Amino acid sequence: MDNILSMVTFIPAIAAGLMALFLHENDAAAQRNAKWIALLATTVTFFVSIGIYTGFDPSNTGFQMVEEAEWLLGLKYKMGVDGISILFVLLTTFIMPLTILASWQVTDRVKEYMIAFLLLETLMLGVFMALDLVLFYLFFEAGLIPMFLIIGIWGGANRIYASFKFFLYTFLGSVLMLVAMVAMYADAGTTDIEALMSHQFSSDGFSVLGVYIVGGMQTLMFLAFFASFAVKMPMWPVHTWLPDAHVQAPTAGSVVLAAILLKMGGYGFLRFSLPMFPVGSAVMTDLVLWMSAIAVVYTSLVALVQEDMKKLIAYSSVAHMGFVTMGIFAANQQGIDGAIFQMISHGFISAALFLCVGVIYDRMHTRDIDAYGGLVIRMPAYALVFMLFTMANVGLPGTSGFIGEFLTLMGAFQVNTWVTAVAATGVIFSAGYALWLYRRVVFGDLIKESLKSITDMSARERLIFAPLIVMTILLGVYPSLVTDVIGNSTAALISNYDTALTAAEAATQTAASH
Amino acid sequence: MIQADLTVILPEIILAVYAMAALIGAVYTTKDKLAPALVWVTAGLMAALSFWIATNGEGTNVAFNGMFVDDGFARFAKVAILLSAAAVLLMSQEYMARRDLLRFEFPLLVALAAVGMMMMVSAGDLMSLYMGLELQSLALYVVAALRRDSAKSTEAGLKYFVLGALSSGLLLYGASLVYGFTGTTLFSGIIATVQAGDVSLGLLFGLIFLISGLAFKVSAVPFHMWTPDVYEGSPTPITAFFATAPKVAAMALFARLLHDAFGGIVKDWQQVIVLLSVLSMLLGAIAAIGQRDIKRLMAFSSIAHMGYALIGLAAGTEMGIKAMLMYLAIYVTMNIGTFAFILMMERDGKPVTDIDALRQYSKRDPGKALAVLILMFSLAGVPPMLGFFAKFGVWQAGVSAGLTGLVIVSAIASVIGAFYYLRIVFYMYFGDENEDPIETRSTPVLWGALMGSAALMLIGVFYQFGVEGAAAAAAATLVN
Repeated sequence: MDNILSMVTFIPAIAAGLMALFLHENDAAAQRNAKWIALLATTVTFFVSIGIYTGFDPSNTGFQMVEEAEWLLGLKYKMGVDGISILFVLLTTFIMPLTILASWQVTDRVKEYMIAFLLLETLMLGVFMALDLVLFYLFFEAGLIPMFLIIGIWGGANRIYASFKFFLYTFLGSVLMLVAMVAMYADAGTTDIEALMSHQFSSDGFSVLGVYIVGGMQTLMFLAFFASFAVKMPMWPVHTWLPDAHVQAPTAGSVVLAAILLKMGGYGFLRFSLPMFPVGSAVMTDLVLWMSAIAVVYTSLVALVQEDMKKLIAYSSVAHMGFVTMGIFAANQQGIDGAIFQMISHGFISAALFLCVGVIYDRMHTRDIDAYGGLVIRMPAYALVFMLFTMANVGLPGTSGFIGEFLTLMGAFQVNTWVTAVAATGVIFSAGYALWLYRRVVFGDLIKESLKSITDMSARERLIFAPLIVMTILLGVYPSLVTDVIGNSTAALISNYDTALTAAEAATQTAASH
Repeated sequence: MIQADLTVILPEIILAVYAMAALIGAVYTTKDKLAPALVWVTAGLMAALSFWIATNGEGTNVAFNGMFVDDGFARFAKVAILLSAAAVLLMSQEYMARRDLLRFEFPLLVALAAVGMMMMVSAGDLMSLYMGLELQSLALYVVAALRRDSAKSTEAGLKYFVLGALSSGLLLYGASLVYGFTGTTLFSGIIATVQAGDVSLGLLFGLIFLISGLAFKVSAVPFHMWTPDVYEGSPTPITAFFATAPKVAAMALFARLLHDAFGGIVKDWQQVIVLLSVLSMLLGAIAAIGQRDIKRLMAFSSIAHMGYALIGLAAGTEMGIKAMLMYLAIYVTMNIGTFAFILMMERDGKPVTDIDALRQYSKRDPGKALAVLILMFSLAGVPPMLGFFAKFGVWQAGVSAGLTGLVIVSAIASVIGAFYYLRIVFYMYFGDENEDPIETRSTPVLWGALMGSAALMLIGVFYQFGVEGAAAAAAATLVN
């Protein structure tokens, strides 16, 4: 199993290729086959990816299971995982079979739909495993194509606006990152991420167009990467594409977007920004922390007034990602562990919440909160599941949501008390919007005629939620499952970061004393 | 001596003699009935010559006292020119035959244009540069106006001719200034003067005029005005030809002139090329947004793409030339596929160029729609298509040469440009149903060109058929 990472990455793509080549008819049988092939491929990918987990040695902070081969233009095909990336890989392979199951009711162009999702899985997995700058960029950007098509073809009424906004917004952020990558290649002479981590980019300040740049090249590179990851994350104020994309995307598209695609931003900060531009990161830390705090409070307030369920959850995602950026840029063990934990946990919780919306949307074909009320009477099982994930979203102790928020707040508190104080109010707001949503949809009297004949969850739907419930509670009561895997890698990341900062400071002082 | 010289330009001689012999032959025999056969023979001859040049050429051979240079750089460009010209010829045959456009002169004019282009990329002297350029241009003026009974086509031909004559005038004026201030028309003589540090204002003046004349040929802004009209007015196969081989030839000639004759004063011409590049990228990206006609859209697209290729030239380094050559090779491949599709677009036997007609095309022909989707994303420079690596290459060269600002502008332009490529995808996949759908009549050649070029955009990421190595070798012979 020398090339297990490539295997995991490309199994879905191979399945998609086979489907494209051999499924020609467009009758019911072909549609059924397409669904089953996609489900089989994603499930197999998941089981193979467990091999990555069992073969992984948490005490080793370097990259493991590395594969390397020559590629064009002097670039390399290099894949590997470390404590920071491995859980994202597993999250992806875990979520994908569920999204396929959630798409069982799709009837329009089923084959193309499944191919798009399988290709998307390959590209997302590639992002988390790539150890070459350009290979990373390739996976990162290529993921836009299937998502663009998923929103555009199978989305809601306003899908065209949403798909273009999604594509162009993220594309603009990414090309700036690409320019920085090209500059890194020119400076360091390599695109190997492992080598770049130990390369010192210059942090001597200089002026550009009359503006003095503290931290020099590192700050500029940080900003270029920031443009990409902040959009992807998404951070306030560049989050506006997300609610549109979420509302218009089909349920499975929303799930992938919230559970996996948003995590690429946070992963990018941990993989590139902190280790490669420590001085640049330090210069920008305060700004990012305040942006995070504003994001938490502002988007929570915006979520309160939403009429559309998906939009509400989308804004809640932005708020939760605010905790993640806050934790990352606290740059201490609790903060970064908490950020990763929050991302993993949000992957399960937001996926489940969008699936919850999907369950009633499939029945009533509306996402208006006003169209519902009193669902608990006809759908007790649904009410229970929805409540569990509402509580997890609020961050109730015992669910995974609590651990992530608590750790990030604790990490940030040691760095900037005020930011933490502001962000902590977001926890209260989140309880506000989430519980209010729940009350309006599930409780109250069942007075609407259209709801009188609504049916409870089917066996398929229960099957989708079961693994998510297990994971949410398991991580909530036993967080070491995550922290044990990531702990050593994050500790190494932080110690390298601190060393680099001390060295840079010492260098500035020597320069100043001369 | 003469015999050695003739050996060096044997490929050009063969093609030129063939074109003239076939012209006479056709006039005295069956005229237009011979045209289909001539298309195949010309394309076959071009493919054979390109194979011959690719496998046989070695080292740098100079003929006619330095007026003609056959080196790795020239060979790379010639192979690209001949192959793309042959592909476009084959693609156009059926289209032109059905519309009564297939005259026997057409393949022969293309062959003569190809001879001109081969001369251009091998020029070692301002005289041979001009000869090649004019041979190419005159042939192109005629084919632009090939549809004699169409006002648009004749207008395109005339516009192209008048503006082309103007640019030739600029070029000649520049050449005369350069000759006046250096006392020679040979590139090797000019560079000797330049490197001796004898760069007078008059010489720079001449250089700028030369650059202006060439910028017209590559349709770089602000010398681009003819491009949209000529692209739209000419019959589609001619447009496809304009968008491919002549662009390669003109860019290669540009690189040859700047490096072989003015290699010592990179700083002096770099700023001019940077400006041309920035303007082309921005105008190409912004002006295309409002276009509804796919041929006009491709005209602006080609302006933008020349802007990106010019980044490689602006770098003024070996890496830059290599990136530029790779860019051109990839650009030509993408354009052949895209134009193969445009040639297929028709309704009731009449060609359609309105992109609105593509609504929901993916439902009627998913295979071709997918190929066009790949080509559009590749033209936009989205990975994993090869078009992304083309851009990556020129950006890499640009940053290494310290042109980071230019690269940032080009990154922003590429996002703006992505919009109109995406819009074609949007029509094909998300648009509303069209009451009056287009048919796409595909011949094996067109189908093969479309699918082959789309497939290359993906396969190229894993295997480049030695193009990268050849481009590197070609760049090394030009820049030293």
